[in-house]
Amino acid sequence: MRARVLIRPKAGILDPQGQAVERALPALGFEGVRNVHIGRLVELDVEDPALLPAMCEQLLANPLVEDYEIDGLRRRDADGSHQNVGPDDPRRSPA
Amino acid sequence: MKFGVIQFPGSCDERDALHAASLVGDAVLLWHRDHDLQGVDAVIVPGGFSYGDYLRAGALARFSPLMVEVERFARHGGLVLGICNGFQVLCEAGLLPGALLPNTSLRFVCRQVELEVVNAQTKWTGACARGDRLSIPAKHQTGRYWAPDPVLDELEAGDQVVLRYATGNGFNGSARDIAAVSNRAGNVVGLMPHPEHAVDPLTGSVDGLRLFRSAALLAV
Repeated sequence: MRARVLIRPKAGILDPQGQAVERALPALGFEGVRNVHIGRLVELDVEDPALLPAMCEQLLANPLVEDYEIDGLRRRDADGSHQNVGPDDPRRSPA
Repeated sequence: MKFGVIQFPGSCDERDALHAASLVGDAVLLWHRDHDLQGVDAVIVPGGFSYGDYLRAGALARFSPLMVEVERFARHGGLVLGICNGFQVLCEAGLLPGALLPNTSLRFVCRQVELEVVNAQTKWTGACARGDRLSIPAKHQTGRYWAPDPVLDELEAGDQVVLRYATGNGFNGSARDIAAVSNRAGNVVGLMPHPEHAVDPLTGSVDGLRLFRSAALLAV
């Protein structure tokens, strides 16, 4: 299964990258943008998606300073191609 | 006193750490893939960019085989000093509390900083006195010390804040100007500035030597 993990700084922790982007957008004429936060996206093929939370806790995220969200979006077919899997599809990993 | 300095792929300050340690004792280089601490009395996890800082600074180095030995060594009271990237590795490994985040400026900063000794009772600061000032260079982009407020309160109450940036010297946004912390027992210390770069008058200060001497004085 193709899964992706979204990792972002925890609420309340200063995110200077997000702040810098938030300041830059109005300079380009994009108004009305607030609460910009910048994190990481980890995409991976995983045989057992039930292992994903442990992977996040132990390596992909630092749970002290980061929140993570697990999203199983696509399965990989035998020919290596990726098929989109709908949100109700049982192949989707638990969020 | 026999010091061991670990080399990871991407370490860059292991030679200076070896040199600093050799001024007060014996020093050997330890390879991160080994499983043996070679009977050293103190371990130094040096600065640099282990594993290219991939994922998060220090996140991957903690899984090197030798780190398993370092964790066991530390939990049995062995002396461990983490400098810069080494501090990040020790935090990621759970040997020290808190985490290091990108500097608020998002810039790599290299400058001489004044540090104030807050706790002179740790194994790595015994040759200092509380309130002493140390002039030591700092050079990093990911050195903003952070821990939740209750943890910071606990660190202060338990004398685990070892060094602070002296007034006007903080540059990375660290919580409560913390530059170095220890574990509860005081045998494991991590700091962002580089004492190993301040051991010879040629480079402006020998204050860094006092950390290595503190450890060496504990040798029987």
